Amino acid sequence: MTVATSPILSIVTFLPLLGALFIAFLPRNAGGDRNARHTALYTTIFTFAISLLIWINFDPRTADFQFVEDAAWIGPFRYKMGVDGISMLFVILTTFLMPLCILASWDSVKLRVKEYMIAFLVLETLMIGVFCALDLMLFYLFFEAGLIPMFLIIGVWGGKRRVYASFKFFLYTLLGSVLMLLAMFAMFSTAGTADIPTLIEVGASKFSREMQWWLFLAFLASFAVKMPMWPVHTWLPDAHVEAPTAGSVILAGILLKMGGYGFLRFSLPMFPIASQELAPFVFTLSVIAIVYTSLVALAQEDIKKLIAYSSVAHMGFVTMGIFTFQQQGIDGAIFQMLSHGIVSAALFLCVGIIYDRMHTREIAAYGGLADRMPIYATVLMIFTMANVGLPGTSGFVGEFLTLVGAFKVNTWVALFATTGVILSAAYALYLYRRVVFGALEKANLKSIKDMNAREIAIMVPLVFLTILFGFYPALLLDVMAVSVKQLVMNFEAAVSQSTALNALNAQ
Amino acid sequence: MSTLLSYAPAFPEMLLALAAMLLLMLGAFSDDNDHNGAFVGWLAIAFMIGAGVIITLQPASTQSLFNDAFVVDQFARFMKLLILGGTAAAMLLSFDFLRQNGLMKFEYPILMLLSCVGMMMMVSANDLIALYLGLELQSLALYVLASINRENVRSSEAGLKYFVLGALSSGMLLYGASLVYGFTGSTSFMDIANVAQANSASGNIGLVVGLVFLLVGLAFKISAVPFHMWTPDVYQGAPTPVTAFFAAAPKMAAMGLLLRVLGGAFPGLEEQWQQVIWFISIASMLLGAFAAIGQNNIKRLMAYSSIGHVGFALVGLASGTPEGAQGVLVYLLIYLVMTLGTFACILSMQRGDEMVEEIDQLAGLAQNNLMLAFTLAMLMFSLAGIPPLAGFWAKVYVFWPAVQAGLYPLAIVGVIASVIGAYYYLRIVKIMFFDEPQEKFVPVSPNLGLVMGAALIFIFAFALPQLGGPIVAAAEAAANSLRL
Repeated sequence: MTVATSPILSIVTFLPLLGALFIAFLPRNAGGDRNARHTALYTTIFTFAISLLIWINFDPRTADFQFVEDAAWIGPFRYKMGVDGISMLFVILTTFLMPLCILASWDSVKLRVKEYMIAFLVLETLMIGVFCALDLMLFYLFFEAGLIPMFLIIGVWGGKRRVYASFKFFLYTLLGSVLMLLAMFAMFSTAGTADIPTLIEVGASKFSREMQWWLFLAFLASFAVKMPMWPVHTWLPDAHVEAPTAGSVILAGILLKMGGYGFLRFSLPMFPIASQELAPFVFTLSVIAIVYTSLVALAQEDIKKLIAYSSVAHMGFVTMGIFTFQQQGIDGAIFQMLSHGIVSAALFLCVGIIYDRMHTREIAAYGGLADRMPIYATVLMIFTMANVGLPGTSGFVGEFLTLVGAFKVNTWVALFATTGVILSAAYALYLYRRVVFGALEKANLKSIKDMNAREIAIMVPLVFLTILFGFYPALLLDVMAVSVKQLVMNFEAAVSQSTALNALNAQ
Repeated sequence: MSTLLSYAPAFPEMLLALAAMLLLMLGAFSDDNDHNGAFVGWLAIAFMIGAGVIITLQPASTQSLFNDAFVVDQFARFMKLLILGGTAAAMLLSFDFLRQNGLMKFEYPILMLLSCVGMMMMVSANDLIALYLGLELQSLALYVLASINRENVRSSEAGLKYFVLGALSSGMLLYGASLVYGFTGSTSFMDIANVAQANSASGNIGLVVGLVFLLVGLAFKISAVPFHMWTPDVYQGAPTPVTAFFAAAPKMAAMGLLLRVLGGAFPGLEEQWQQVIWFISIASMLLGAFAAIGQNNIKRLMAYSSIGHVGFALVGLASGTPEGAQGVLVYLLIYLVMTLGTFACILSMQRGDEMVEEIDQLAGLAQNNLMLAFTLAMLMFSLAGIPPLAGFWAKVYVFWPAVQAGLYPLAIVGVIASVIGAYYYLRIVKIMFFDEPQEKFVPVSPNLGLVMGAALIFIFAFALPQLGGPIVAAAEAAANSLRL
């Protein structure tokens, strides 16, 4: 049996669940806690190793779905899994970040360790499932089920206002998603199939223009909240601030990407006309997100909140890139998502490192860390620069490509979005100066220790990838190129067909 | 012999009716103590399992008896299995509670058994007389059950309230039935259906008025808004295992009867009854979602939750298609399991000898008894309709036909109500998982643990094709035997 014919996606998806089940049967004592940590770590590392097989055996020359599995499920719905150039890298990103999350929680989580590890492993299964699912109902199931573990992670292991944050996160996301569920029923009723590859092929022709509008708006309700886009982003700063470090990493690194992925998987290929017609609307929201949330970030007193707002701004670049309907724009959007997955995850981990020592996220409580924490200062510098989008870091490639794409379509959008790049430099460097530079004056900082071996081990792969993808983006861009090209071609064909039809009707 | 065999379709009901008589003798002529009471109860469960086995062995065809007044088809079999399962599980939930409160009398299982016969009769009814007989048999037994703890004021109040309002609804139903009879000249659903199809609605206003009264009576029984007022008081006042029984089996039977009447007797009047169902569905969903938010008594909360869930189930019926009916059946089955599991958890909320019913008392349960907290939390998520749990699939199967039938406003209001409803389910999870622990509850008894465990496995395993697939297929076969 070769990798291509084995059910590798199911294995990667459900392996963490198996680990979670194992942990559930461990005894409830100190030894059980230790074993839970180790089991979780080995499970996630093993899952990551297997998921690399997907990348190695992935054929980037075709836009078709690969490693497809198809089996009967409940009623008319099917258990269908598969990846293409757009989704495959998100699977890898998920499996890559997960061991780091477990490591980051190694010492900082002391209460209810078993439950914590179970929640994370279950969450990993659900997140991988989202990127692999090729059936509407299967996608929705994975997409929505992630709310349960995330709700518990924020609520049980979170900060002071965790209850508020967890409720807000849950209800916001749920409200967006249920409308998408209804849209899925409507698609299923009209097209007679819940199969995503089929819908990508025929969706554009089966759904009338008016229906596409409604479907697009329903999906937008869900993805915009998940992304999050301005003005429905307000749950994110709360959730980020209150979540434990690893929870923030998962939120920023992966959960936010589901929105962008959803646009590429559903909105663009299935509702091209509505996408085309609503693009100015999405551009407006994106530009507002980029400029406004960057300004908001500038004024933050809380480090996590600042990074959360910067995430919203960066996601603005993603939506802008996607709705250029250009190869560069979309390539850039995907790249930006992947890069942001690494960089923002790293930034939250950096915050976690000092939070574990000082138990505060107030920017004012820090200052002059460079004296006592040189390694930390260097690492934070690298990620701050990547967040700003300095050439040579992965952050640059995505922003640049989305801006190029936007420039071709609408110069004004590109112009405003570029101011966001400047603003991001402002808030990121300002943060860095306040935390790391200056004199080390605060008494309780005088004994602070630099990163330990575990923390360095977490950061090394992140630093390496940030710089690697900064200098050699082709590693990722080549994987997605053919799939994105296919997406753009199909989109243009559908739009030109509809324009021709309209012209005909007009005559 | 052959005469006896010709009654084969009604064997399950006959078995249970005879069993009730037998157990009555057994109870009356033996000492009145806990041991004998429990013995009668276990025997009743055994008889119900026997009846269930007979039903599964029956051929899959449609048979009718007693001048077509009693019909046994796939739909009736599906609903009867639900009713039997619900009653047996509710009985299982009762034993510990009854023993602790000195209520372990032999009358209790016998009343449940009789009520169960009535409910089975309801879903097989194919005639207005048969309908009323079944309905009253189950209702009379329920009135007594509600006030079985007669030294408790609240229990007596619950029984009285239930009786007065139940009698009112029966009156409405009878009035509707007599109008229908008056305007069609027959009590048989077949004949009513023929008349309804022959005349258009405008040609037979009397029939429509009769239909509306029938619907009012049935809406009382399923506690749909605006006829829901009795539910919170009765749920709260009745002894908890009786409440579990109310929430489980009679709801199933009344919904089944509603499907049977609308699908069997009024095929030409879809437009008329769909409007009514559409309205009570929306009203129930919204009231269930909003009114439950302020509740602090978990039984009262479950009452409002049940009102909301009836609204969701009616979404499927409102679409008026076989797929919609299938959705209702899937919904009922899943709701039955979730309710029984939840009540098993509620019955486990006990400190010393005292039952607690306040939601605040659950605080920090996850740190005292993680299994119980986890089960209740998952049941809450399932009731809220979060995937991959069974409650999500229930919603899928009712909303999908509604969207297919073009009932977009209903579907949109429905999903928004489910988001609002999610708030109070989440609140329970929050109290159990996020708050500081209180004094421990007593350990969960084996009977309750059995029901909880079964419910927990069910809500997770429903997403597997091995469990969900056959259930959905069975519901489809059942729905197709209706004439929607």
